[in-house]
Amino acid sequence: MELQQQNNEGGSNLLRSVDWVTIILYLLLIVAGAVSIYAATYNFDKSSMFDFSGFSGKQFLWAGLSFFIGLSLLLIDRRIYEAYAYPIYAVMILLLIATIFLAPDIKGSRSWLVFGPVSLQPAEFAKCATALALAKLFGTYGFALNNWKNYAIAVGIIVLPILCIILEKETGSALVYTSLIFVLYREGMSGFVLFAALCAITYFVIVLKFASVMIMGIPLGIFIVFIIIMVLTVAMLAFYCRSFELTRNVLVGYLGAGIVAGVLAYFGIVINGYAFFFTVIGVSMLYLLYGMLHDDMRKVLLTIVFAVASIIFMFTVNIAFNNVLQPHQKTRILVTLGIEDDPRGVGYNVNQSKIAIGSGGFWGKGFLNGTQTKLKYVPEQHTDFIFCTIGEEQGFVGSTIVILAFLALILRIIRIAERQHTTFARVYAYCVASYLIFHLSINIGMVLGLCPVIGIPLPFFSYGGSSLWGFTFLLFILLRIDADRKSYGSW
Amino acid sequence: MRKDYNLEKRKFVIGGFIVVLVMIYIARLFVLQVGDSKYKENADSNAFLEKTIYPSRGLIYDRRGKLVVYNQPAYDVMMIPKDVQPFDTLDFCQTLQITKEELLRRIETMKKGRNYSAYTQQILLPHISAQDYGRLQEKLYRFPGFYIVQRILRQYDVECGANVLGNIREVNQSDIDHDDYYRPGDYIGDLGVEKSYEKWLRGRKGKEILIRDALGKIKGRYNDGANDVTPIAGNDLKLSIDMELQALGERVMRGKMGAIVAIEPKTGEILALVTSPNYDPSLLMGKDRGNNYAALIADPHMPLFDRSIQAAYPPGSTFKPTQGLIFLEEGIIDLTTAFPCSRGFVSGGMRVGCHGHGSPIPLKPAIQTSCNAYFCWGLKRMLENRKKYKSISEAFEVWKRHMVSMGYGYKLGIDLPHESRGFIPNSAFYDKIKGAGKWSAYSIISDAIGQGEILATPLQIANLAATIANRGYYITPHVVREIVGVGVLKKSIERHDPTIHKQYYDSMVEGMRMAVTGGTCRGANLAGLEVCGKTGTAQNPHGRDHSVFMGFAPMSDPKIAICVYAENSGFGATVAVPVGAIMIEKYLRGQLSSGGEARASHMSATSSYSTKAYGGSKPAAKPAAKGAAHQTTSQPQHSHGTTATK
Repeated sequence: MELQQQNNEGGSNLLRSVDWVTIILYLLLIVAGAVSIYAATYNFDKSSMFDFSGFSGKQFLWAGLSFFIGLSLLLIDRRIYEAYAYPIYAVMILLLIATIFLAPDIKGSRSWLVFGPVSLQPAEFAKCATALALAKLFGTYGFALNNWKNYAIAVGIIVLPILCIILEKETGSALVYTSLIFVLYREGMSGFVLFAALCAITYFVIVLKFASVMIMGIPLGIFIVFIIIMVLTVAMLAFYCRSFELTRNVLVGYLGAGIVAGVLAYFGIVINGYAFFFTVIGVSMLYLLYGMLHDDMRKVLLTIVFAVASIIFMFTVNIAFNNVLQPHQKTRILVTLGIEDDPRGVGYNVNQSKIAIGSGGFWGKGFLNGTQTKLKYVPEQHTDFIFCTIGEEQGFVGSTIVILAFLALILRIIRIAERQHTTFARVYAYCVASYLIFHLSINIGMVLGLCPVIGIPLPFFSYGGSSLWGFTFLLFILLRIDADRKSYGSW
Repeated sequence: MRKDYNLEKRKFVIGGFIVVLVMIYIARLFVLQVGDSKYKENADSNAFLEKTIYPSRGLIYDRRGKLVVYNQPAYDVMMIPKDVQPFDTLDFCQTLQITKEELLRRIETMKKGRNYSAYTQQILLPHISAQDYGRLQEKLYRFPGFYIVQRILRQYDVECGANVLGNIREVNQSDIDHDDYYRPGDYIGDLGVEKSYEKWLRGRKGKEILIRDALGKIKGRYNDGANDVTPIAGNDLKLSIDMELQALGERVMRGKMGAIVAIEPKTGEILALVTSPNYDPSLLMGKDRGNNYAALIADPHMPLFDRSIQAAYPPGSTFKPTQGLIFLEEGIIDLTTAFPCSRGFVSGGMRVGCHGHGSPIPLKPAIQTSCNAYFCWGLKRMLENRKKYKSISEAFEVWKRHMVSMGYGYKLGIDLPHESRGFIPNSAFYDKIKGAGKWSAYSIISDAIGQGEILATPLQIANLAATIANRGYYITPHVVREIVGVGVLKKSIERHDPTIHKQYYDSMVEGMRMAVTGGTCRGANLAGLEVCGKTGTAQNPHGRDHSVFMGFAPMSDPKIAICVYAENSGFGATVAVPVGAIMIEKYLRGQLSSGGEARASHMSATSSYSTKAYGGSKPAAKPAAKGAAHQTTSQPQHSHGTTATK
């Protein structure tokens, strides 16, 4: 069967073997996107959707061109990508560096290269190059994430564009690359890293969110995180170290200390929180050091390292938050966490965006009937906040359909990834999926007021050729590689 | 190829992550879009600017169809504080011809207002001129957050009838709380028909929904105006008041405190409703309303107090016909019954004075000569009739029920606000103030001659005249003949039949005619007009007697019934009778004869308070004015030991 298909390789076979589900989802999203831009920028004076001087007209132009790009990409031999992955990556890194110096300052960022009437954002295309380079790395014979050197190379490939883009002052686009942690995870990185990342985010949010309430002489946020650390330590002893004795002893110790503190508090004697937690956790850690002698040394040590690192991280959160982040970034985070309320200032975008979406109701106000977006209450509505227009005009039904379409696309790409026969193809596919996951979760989360405002576009919807073409490159290279998956043995 | 199936399972972690996240987002969307309607309201208040369009308030015409009250546009400068952006204050002030300090002061005042909100339209400058309006309108685009609202001011074509016409004022919080039609800055009728017919006069406000963008620029009309509401103009009123008669009444009452009520008996339509002192209705219009209103409130003679319907006076001898009617109805007397009068009622150790006339006399001459003794004897006989009534209380209750049926003791229901009910005591009242069983016919004998505890409004007295003129019925007195487009309100044309048989009224008519031809009100004997009348000289604890006249004409087909009440003006014949005669002549003849005109000029020059009773100096005026205020309350006055009423 497989042999037969190999022999039939050719133009007609391409049409048959290309993943039509992905193409159809792509086309649906891209058309919906251009129509949304028309709605978002609709003006009483301009009525033509295809007027090329308007945003929607231009977007249709970009969309049309991206079809050609997609078609061309389907015709290019996929071996080129693997063969030239590193040179392409190198060129893109150089272009990113050049951009830092060549790009004009647009709203504080130097990420746009201007060629006459056309502006391009190299960062959008660097995603594709980075994905190819990472795929090439993992596809190298004998490469595996099993030593520090390989980890370093893989992480280096990811971090290099991040640094360049941060220097372009385009933090949002830089953060997109962090999503490649999913790829590393899929390719063998310890799940513990993912778990640690999740813990770090949780600690961060809790410490900041409950910083103002005091309990036992310490902020409630820190109190809660101490408890979480204790719970996680016990859980790791139970499910990771699988040591009944250690689990029981630590658990009994923690509960006993908690009861003693509770009884004392009942009689009006409040122990200082820091003293309490440092004593209790400190004693438990000393006990675990002793316990290492009997049990799986590596796993217990990791538990100790986790607990200690968690505590250190927790205390550095405040310092890091106050000293590392820019004031506007701090405010964005505080507004998102609901700690600060600032509907006329930083919170304005998010507040108006929530009003726009919320006012859509179940069925929406109808195409071109949105008032929030038409009357420009939502800033950046045709770019980063394009989802507002959908929320307002298409309502709960329309927005849900759009989000589900994205989910379908992502799940489809994961499915494509898993059916590849080469590591190169699979890693590349996971890169595409990771980028989409990041864009979708951050952009929609921001518009819904669940994430801080990080200026990244919603793929296929937000206005702009660079973003659209960047994702077209990513997707159609994947489709071409996928179409060839069964002939991998032929070269 | 090496395929690690252990690692392949990790696709579920990655896929699961995004599935869970998408579910969270959809849940969040549901909460925002379906669960909470506040976002819809926020979006609407962002995008839609509701501009109120005020309807034209109903016009007011008088009896002869003359336009009396109409509308004149005025312009208020409004601002929505949250929408105001830094603007050229110098240009703004010059356009409106105010100083910067004035502007700042206005803004300060505005912010202190009770209804102040930074998100709604606030009045910055009320009533700017048409020229200022024109200039500002041109430049308004430079001052975002400022708006001009066109309002309607009332314009009066007469200087009289303020108590009937009323005026309009800006609504206060209590108006808004009671009727959600009103918004801050709206106008509402105050006093007079402007108040009582507010619902018809105001019409219905319209609105225009404009679309406003994030910068506050108006982008057009929402839905092409399909959701706009066209204002509906208020209904016009046709008054029953004859403004010429009203003006004459106010002229002849000049310098006197009191009231004139003239009613067309057959219809209950009020022809003139004069209170004195009064004021020009235009005073309570426009920019100076506040100051003028405060001055009127502070005036010790209380021009805002409508004495014609709000003042409760002792009716004095005008009350006697009611007594005659009750005695006839109850069979206490008949037309031949005569009572002695020895210059007064002398019985049981007390004396109610009277004046020289023949004795004993029957009912009609008693009315003619206003004999006090006759009605005292009558009341005594009724209250002491133990064959008919078990007790004095029962007798007095019967008496009271008849009085109430003749329109006394309760509001008549005129279509004007704040009508007083007067006062007719009942037996429970006397049980309370004198003690049960401790009062007799003697202790309340002065009720028979309209003194004692009896109080009546000039309207109630005029209504009695109308009832007698109609020979036994009256229509609820009213000042609005017709609400144009609606018709006549049923309530104001209701017929009432007192509990007295119609045949007894003729003797009253005759008695009153005799009083004019050869009795106490000869001064009202106008040739050919067949005036019937009854004077009153009401004692009161506040100085000189009140001068009262009650009458109607012509006798055979009455066209006008009238009550004139002049405070502290002495005998009925001195002021009230000539004023009544002037009014009757004017109304029936259309104009005054030269003699009538001379009398009118004389009356308007006669003053009973500004120079005589109240003196000219301020310190003297104050306590006197207070007294005037006192006696006009509806609480009963206790003035016993009554002597003469004429």
